[in-house]
Amino acid sequence: MPTSLVDADSLLVVDVGAATTRATHFDVVEGYYRFIASGQAASTAIAPFKNVGEGVHQAIRNLEAVTGRTLLDTNLRLIIPSQGGSGVDTFAATISAGPAIKTVVVGLLADVSFESAQRLARTTYTRVVEAIGMNDRRKPEEQIDNILRLRPDLILVAGGTDGGATRSMQRILETIGLACYLLPPDKRPALLFAGNQALVPEVKASFKSLTASLSIGANLRPTLETEDLLPAQRILADLYAHIRMNQIGGVEELGAWAGGNLMPTAYAQGRIIRFLSQIYDPRKGVLGIDIGASAATVAASFGGELTLGVYPQLGLGEGLSGLLGYTSLEDILRWLPLDIPADVVQDYLYQKSLYPTSIPATAEDLALEQALARQTLYLAMNAASKDFSPCARRLAPGMTPYFEPILAGGSAITHVPTRGQSLLILLDAIQPVGVTTLILDQNNLLPALGAAANLNAILPIQVLESGAFLGLATVVAPLSSSRPGTPLLRAQLVYENGNESRLEVKPGALEILPLPIGQSARLYLEPLHHADVGFGPGRGGSMTVNGTAMGVIVDGRGRPLRFPADQAHRRELLKKWLWTVGG
Amino acid sequence: MLAPVAHVLPLTTLRRERLLPIPGRVVVRLDQKVMPVDVIAEANFGQAHILLDVVAGLGVSEEIADTLVQVRTGDRVEEGQVVAARGGLFRKNVRSPRSGRVVAVGSGQILLEVGEGTYELRAGLPGVVTRLIPERGAEITMNGALIEGVWGNGRVDVGLMLPLLSSPGDPLTADRIDVSLRGSVLLCGTCSDAAALRAANELPVRGLILGSISSALLPLAMQISYPVVVLDGFDRRAMNAAAYRLLTTNSKREVTANGEPYNCYTGARPEIIIPLPVSEEAPQPRHVESFASGQQVRLVRAPDAGRVGTLVTLLPGLTAMPNGLRLPAGEVRLEGGEQVAVPLVNLEVLG
Repeated sequence: MPTSLVDADSLLVVDVGAATTRATHFDVVEGYYRFIASGQAASTAIAPFKNVGEGVHQAIRNLEAVTGRTLLDTNLRLIIPSQGGSGVDTFAATISAGPAIKTVVVGLLADVSFESAQRLARTTYTRVVEAIGMNDRRKPEEQIDNILRLRPDLILVAGGTDGGATRSMQRILETIGLACYLLPPDKRPALLFAGNQALVPEVKASFKSLTASLSIGANLRPTLETEDLLPAQRILADLYAHIRMNQIGGVEELGAWAGGNLMPTAYAQGRIIRFLSQIYDPRKGVLGIDIGASAATVAASFGGELTLGVYPQLGLGEGLSGLLGYTSLEDILRWLPLDIPADVVQDYLYQKSLYPTSIPATAEDLALEQALARQTLYLAMNAASKDFSPCARRLAPGMTPYFEPILAGGSAITHVPTRGQSLLILLDAIQPVGVTTLILDQNNLLPALGAAANLNAILPIQVLESGAFLGLATVVAPLSSSRPGTPLLRAQLVYENGNESRLEVKPGALEILPLPIGQSARLYLEPLHHADVGFGPGRGGSMTVNGTAMGVIVDGRGRPLRFPADQAHRRELLKKWLWTVGG
Repeated sequence: MLAPVAHVLPLTTLRRERLLPIPGRVVVRLDQKVMPVDVIAEANFGQAHILLDVVAGLGVSEEIADTLVQVRTGDRVEEGQVVAARGGLFRKNVRSPRSGRVVAVGSGQILLEVGEGTYELRAGLPGVVTRLIPERGAEITMNGALIEGVWGNGRVDVGLMLPLLSSPGDPLTADRIDVSLRGSVLLCGTCSDAAALRAANELPVRGLILGSISSALLPLAMQISYPVVVLDGFDRRAMNAAAYRLLTTNSKREVTANGEPYNCYTGARPEIIIPLPVSEEAPQPRHVESFASGQQVRLVRAPDAGRVGTLVTLLPGLTAMPNGLRLPAGEVRLEGGEQVAVPLVNLEVLG
C-alpha cells in the first residue's frame, strides 16, 4: 500500500445538471483511490424550487442510502472534514443547470479577435445574443439599444494585439460602457476583457462600477498569428459560476461547500480530456463527448491542446423545441429505423422540451430519442471539428481525426437497453476513422474527475485506471473506395489461448469479433485494394487489444455514412445494423 | 422522489405578486377588484437612444467639446434645441434631432433618450388587490378553479367559455366556427387545422383552450389576436380527463384564458382561471409533492400519454419497460380500470 495514501482524503463531487443532480463519492480502497458510488436525484434549479439545494440534498441522501455513510448532518450541512466514519474530507462541485448565459461578444476584426471571442464563448454554456465588431455598420446607439433590449448576463471583450493600436477598441468600449451605464444596477452584466493589455488600466477604471463583475484575462490574440484561449477560459469558468450564484438559489451555498471548487461541468470534463491527451498516444487525440439535457459537449485534445465546444442549442432538454433552427427534420428522420411521420417527430421535439427528464417507454419513443442523440452529437462534432487543433491528424480531409480513446457520457448514450445501441449511436454520430476504443462513462465520472484534479492530482489517474469506465468496443473503421462486393479488409484476432477469429469485410458491412472484457488478443489488419485503417493506403499492421463489452467492431460502412435514397431500404439497413450489434 | 405538479384544482386561492420590471407607478388601490386585462402599474422608459458626436459636430477636440456642451445629464431637451455650440468667427452648433432626455454627457458626446414609452403591467388574473408594492406592483388574490397548461401564446382575455367538444379528443375544425361563438372562449380537444385558428381570429373569439395542438401551428398561434392555452401537449393527444371534467362542468361561466408562455425557471405557466364564489378561503395550490400512492397523476409519455389515473403503488427496484429500459416505476390505475407500470419520471401529479 502506498504510504502516501494511507491518510488520503475522501472526496465528494456534486454535479448539478439541468435534469439530474449527481453526488459521486471517491475514497481510498486498499491503497488506491476508487469510485465508491453515486446517488442521484432530479435537479431543482427550476420552479417551483428555483434552488439547487433540494436536489443536492436528495442526491447526497440517495448516495448515503447506497453506501451507508452519513454525509449530511441533521441540518443538511455537509460533514466536512470526515469524523469517525461520517462525512468527507474534500468536496468539489460542477454545474450545467440553468438557462444558457446570454452573452454579447465583442471583437475587432471578424476573422481574428472576433472569432477568438466566439470560440471562447463556446467553451461554456452561453448563447451569443449580440456580436459587436469594428466592421459593424450599425450606429453606436443602435448597438446600445440592442444591448438594453437583450439584457445580457455576460459581455466578452477581445480585440487588439498587445502593443497594437487602441483607438478602435476604445470606441467600442465606450459604446459598451454606455449600455452598461444605462442598465439598472441590478441588471448589469459581468464583463470579461481579454484584449489588448495596454487597455487594461482604462477598462478597470471605466467598468468597475458599470458591471456586475469585472474580470481581466490575458489577450486571446496577443499577436495576429497566435491564439491563447486557455487563461481566459479559466476565468470564464469562474465567471460562469459567479453568474449562476446570482441567478439560481443554492449555488452560492454549493460554492461555499466547494471552497471555490465550483466549475462548469463542461470545463471540468475538458480538463480531464486534456490531461488524458498528455499521457496517451501523442499521435492521436483524445475525445470526450457528452449529450445532456442542458447541452451537447465536445472536448477534443491533441497533445494537451484542448478544443472545448459547448452547444446548449443541441441539448436534449428544454431547448429541443428550438432544434429545428439548427437542423432539418429530414436529417433527424434519416436515423430512424421505424416509419414515423415528420410531423410526429416535430411534435415529439416540442413535447420532450416540456418534460426534459422524461424517458422513452416505448420502442418508437426510444428510436426517436436515439435519432435525436445521433443528430445532436453529429452536429456538435461537426461544429467542434472546425476549431480542432491544426495538428490533429486525419486520414483524409473532412474526416473525423484519429482519436484514442473516445469517451462518451450522457444518459441518451449510456442508459440504453443494449450496449449495441450505445455503440451504434457513437459510430453513426462520430464516424471514427482508423482504429480507436470507445469507452462509456456510465457514472458520469469525467466531470467529477476534472473537478477533483484541482484538489488531488492522484485521484483522477487511479480512478481512470480502476475500471470505473466501461470499455465498449475497439473500432476499426477503414477508409476505402472499393466497389460494392469487393473485400476491403481482412482482420484476424488471435486470442491469448491461441484460438483465432478471422473475417473479411466488404464495403457497407458491420462485423464483430468477440473479445470479452478481461481478455486481450492480438489484432492483425490487412487492408485490401488500397483501403486505409491508419497505417497508410493498403498497409497492414497489428496491435494488442483489450476485451470490451462489444469486442472488436469492423465498421466497413464508409465515411461519411451514406443512406439509400429509398426510405424503406434505408430503414431496413438501419435495422440490419442494429440487429448486427445485438438489437 | 420529488414529483412535478400540474394544478387542476376545482377550488383554490391564488395569490400572485405582479411586478414591473423597472420602478414605476402603481395605479390600483388596496381592495380594488381587477380584471386580468386591467392595468395595475405602469412605468416610463425610453424607447431609443441617440448619440450626438459633439467633437465631429463642432470640429474641436474631445476635451474642448466637453466644455462646449450646454446640457447636463437629466435635462429634458426639445427637438432642434442647441445642446452644444462653438462661438467665434466660424460659429457652429449641435442641435437635438428629437425631444428627449439627456442620459449621459462626456468624451465629446451626448447621449439622449428619446421616444418615451409606457410599460403597462396588467393584472393577469381576476381578483382583489390585497397588497400594494410601492413603485413595483401589487398582490392580487382570487378564489376559483385553476387549470394549468403547457403552452400559451402570450395573450390574455376573459370571456364566457363555450365547449365545442363532446369528448376530450374532439378536433377543432374551421366548419365548427360560426358567428354564435363570437366573443367567447372556446374549449376543444385538439387542433391541427390552421383554417380553424384563422376563422376564430376573424370572428373574433376571446380565447381558445385546447388539449393539444399540432406543433406546426405554433407560429400561426403566436400571431393570432386571442389567447391560446394548450393544456397537455403537441401531439394530437386528447385533453386530460381531469381538466376536461372541470372545464366542462364550468361551461358558460366567465373564464380567464391566460396564455402566459411556460418558463420552467420562473414557474410562469399558461392557465385557465374560473372565479367562483366561496364562503371561506380555499387552500392555496401545493407546489411541491413527493410521489405517494393515491395521488392523481397524468402520464406525460407514450404509450398512454395524456391519460389520467391513480398512483396505486411505487414499485420496488427497477421495472423493465417494453423497450428494454429498466427504471424506477409506479403502478398506475388508469381511468377505465386498466393498470399499467409507468416510469416515475413520466408522471406528473395533478393537484
